[in-house]
Amino acid sequence: MRLRFLLPLLASLLLGACAKSPEWAMNDVTGHLPDLEFNLLGAGNQPVTAADLRGKLVLMYFGYTHCPDICPLSMTHLHQALVKLGPAAEQVRIVFISLDPARDTPALLQAYARAFDPRAIGLTGPLKTVQKLAKRYRIGFSLGKPDQHGNYDVSHSSAVFVFDRDGRARLLATSADNVDAVVHDLTLLLEQSP
Amino acid sequence: MTRRLALALLLLLLPAVAGATSTAPTVSAHDAWIRLLPANLPAAGYVRLDNHTDHSARLVLVSSDAFGSIMLHQSLRDGGSQRMRMVDGMDIPAHGSAALEPGSYHLMLETPRHAIKLGERVVMTLHFDDGSELPVAFEVRPANASGPSTPGK
Repeated sequence: MRLRFLLPLLASLLLGACAKSPEWAMNDVTGHLPDLEFNLLGAGNQPVTAADLRGKLVLMYFGYTHCPDICPLSMTHLHQALVKLGPAAEQVRIVFISLDPARDTPALLQAYARAFDPRAIGLTGPLKTVQKLAKRYRIGFSLGKPDQHGNYDVSHSSAVFVFDRDGRARLLATSADNVDAVVHDLTLLLEQSP
Repeated sequence: MTRRLALALLLLLLPAVAGATSTAPTVSAHDAWIRLLPANLPAAGYVRLDNHTDHSARLVLVSSDAFGSIMLHQSLRDGGSQRMRMVDGMDIPAHGSAALEPGSYHLMLETPRHAIKLGERVVMTLHFDDGSELPVAFEVRPANASGPSTPGK
């Protein structure tokens, strides 16, 4: 009688222990995308590598500054998520990587990133380096034809890649994911590795 | 005979001429704001338009002394990819509304003619396909804003 009662209890406890994978609001890409790795230029043309961001959660977004609508919308969502996260947001960095190094200097990128959030940095590098990095995360992008003012559009993915403190790719946010989904998952990630 | 024809033609043309010069707006504007980006980067303009008439209206042009170039753009999502395209107008259905809003239609504002400041109101004139014009004051907001400071106005 006692055993019959205990066995299901034990089983459910064991199952509970195994089913530890949390309910992510965004796409879980753990093990499906490569670790954070780059060598780019940041503020003051100084090299910035993934190692400089170890210990922080990283939200990586590819874009370009001459993009008045979509990139600011994505960056604003990330900013709002960090505001909602509160003091824990100090453990997070937003990394905006420019796909348009011809126009986006490291100095311009800092001003751009900071206009959205104090925890955001802007990085770029030679076009080949940026192309290689985009390919590493399966980001497609193409530079459009310049108009009469020399302006051109850069069509690109609006995905946001989330890396944990060890630089492992964990989650992928799409434009359909709202601010609350980002806050929910960042909170879980921070709980996993306090 | 020719005079009568000329008169008839003139009478026929009159309503069209009157329409073309009319500035009485049939469309009202709300929640007009500009997302200002640093370093004179192209800014975006947004506004919600309500059409109070029983025929559709079409926004075809926006002009302002404040910017050297104003273009009507639309952001598009093709699968996981984002791009922008220039459009020649935006329809506002009869007794309906349409909006220039983040992630969709927007004004791309370039080469500011003066230093645009946060909190400033930049007047831009919306031109519709019936020849009517509507001057609208756009509130200048920071890069990370998601709308005007007091929505609904």
